[in-house]
Amino acid sequence: MSEKVLMKGNEAIGEAAIRSGCRHFFGYPITPQTELSAYMAKKMPKIGGVFLQAESEVAAINMVYGAAGAGARAMTSSSSPGISLKSEGISYIAGADLPCVIVDIVRGGPGLGGIQPAQSDYFQVTKGGGHGDYHLIVYAPNSVQEIVSLTADAFNKSEEYRVPAMILGDGTLGQMMEPVDFDSVPEPITTNKDWATTGTGLKREHNIINSLYLSPEALEKTIIERQKRYDIIKEKEQRYEAHDIEDADIVVTAYGTTSRVVESAVKTLREEGLKVGVIRPITLWPFPVKVFAEAANTAKAFLSVEMSMGQMVEDVKIAVNGKAPVYFFGRTGGIIPTPQEIIEEVRKIAGGLK
Amino acid sequence: MAIVFKKPHALTDAPFHYCPGCTHGICHRLVAEVLDELGIEGNAIGVAPVGCAVMAYDYFNCDMQEAAHGRAPAVATGIKRVHPDKVVFTYQGDGDLAAIGTAETVHSAARGENITIIFINNTIYGMTGGQMAPTTLPGQVTQTSPYGRDIKTQGNPIRISEMLSTLDGPSYIARVALDTVPNIKKAKAAIKKAFQNQIDGKGFSLVEVLSTCPTNWGLSPAEAIKRLQKDMIPYYPLGVYKDIDDENK
Repeated sequence: MSEKVLMKGNEAIGEAAIRSGCRHFFGYPITPQTELSAYMAKKMPKIGGVFLQAESEVAAINMVYGAAGAGARAMTSSSSPGISLKSEGISYIAGADLPCVIVDIVRGGPGLGGIQPAQSDYFQVTKGGGHGDYHLIVYAPNSVQEIVSLTADAFNKSEEYRVPAMILGDGTLGQMMEPVDFDSVPEPITTNKDWATTGTGLKREHNIINSLYLSPEALEKTIIERQKRYDIIKEKEQRYEAHDIEDADIVVTAYGTTSRVVESAVKTLREEGLKVGVIRPITLWPFPVKVFAEAANTAKAFLSVEMSMGQMVEDVKIAVNGKAPVYFFGRTGGIIPTPQEIIEEVRKIAGGLK
Repeated sequence: MAIVFKKPHALTDAPFHYCPGCTHGICHRLVAEVLDELGIEGNAIGVAPVGCAVMAYDYFNCDMQEAAHGRAPAVATGIKRVHPDKVVFTYQGDGDLAAIGTAETVHSAARGENITIIFINNTIYGMTGGQMAPTTLPGQVTQTSPYGRDIKTQGNPIRISEMLSTLDGPSYIARVALDTVPNIKKAKAAIKKAFQNQIDGKGFSLVEVLSTCPTNWGLSPAEAIKRLQKDMIPYYPLGVYKDIDDENK
């Protein structure tokens, strides 16, 4: 029988990363992800790993660049303002096709914003953040148990595609404690890292980790090659959880912490007899467009609930493609929507459908 | 026929893109000779900067990583922590190391990170066409100090070797110049020591190399060497600023 332990979300990321073969963690303190750095600082020296507190988020992500380029499974974590600082390095990592995992425990913004949970960095993590044509594979767990499995998946998929991956959480998810087991952590995959800088040993041509191509033709070629991998990811890696969408008049969608509030609201609504279904994106990039497109054939309306002023709703609209109206409800600045607010919003939409 | 002079093995056959009279070529060669002489080319991983030496990854035969502007010491730190048994070095200019990358420079030094840094100080941003650098001398005319660097509004130059030598972390900090044959020999000896220190696990070593930029200084190569001697060396005195071997004696 599997053994369950009570753990904070942030710590679970750390333990899952270690079990996924990560031995190099480069951090910088910021609320609300601090427990992850503290966990790594405690664990890494005991297992022959490296925990290094960098001088800045900028330095930390560049240490990840170096470590990942040298062939290691490397990780860094931060929260919104820190991810803005890391965005330079993330762009270079994407441009050099290096695998790594970046954790973003989102807090309210813009600027210093606040330290309470938010989802107002959806655009930043799914549409870029740094410069250039690039994407991260973005996983949005909604429980501590799912944090564990998605952290492992993030390392494996990042290596499989040589695309950096992100675990996107928020202060609630990072700080709350839930029982977890680590039996679900898959074996780390091994990929051929013959591109890594490990020293030539005078036995091969030198390897170069780089994102600079002064010839436009050469640069375009690398971007197109990378886009082909993105296309495969978009085809194969869309992940979501959905229920009750077959007969749903209204499909409510939310990710992460918000999805748990939505579940509670939808339970009440269905008990009232309203035909409400749920789609919970697990990957935010690639966005699970297929399930939305399919649901749009029967559903009469969609509602995106977010802790933002409306960001994911744009991707929902693209996926629904005009087949049904797409509504938005959100709270922001560190406020979590209540089930009652969502219930009222759905009732309003349902009233309009009659 | 006896070979009396040849290209170091640690340099590739790629032609340098450097301007005539620029001393990057000399410094690349010195680093490559040291890699050869210490037998560490196959064991070395270099980090190239952003600036004139951006394409150093094409010139050195060892494994290389190209860093973002100023971030080479952080990238080198990441590499070294993965491969503590490999020889990791960065090659950076003054804008890269002493302006945008100051934090990475200071903190890798403070950590005593066991890496080697070759720091080219030519008092100007070369790649972007000759703007004021953190090392630009008072009064020096550049594209962004067209009336000469006015320390009242544009601040004072930074003496990196002196500054870093106040830290406990570094094992070796030296400033050399590439103006004469004897000084070039001294430069090579300093670079060799900076690599040997890393092999011996002594920690952070940095060699500041006073260099010329004839193109952006608007001087001939010969005049540029004279400027290095007349203006730069008095402001940036040559010598060893820190050596834990001496301290341990």
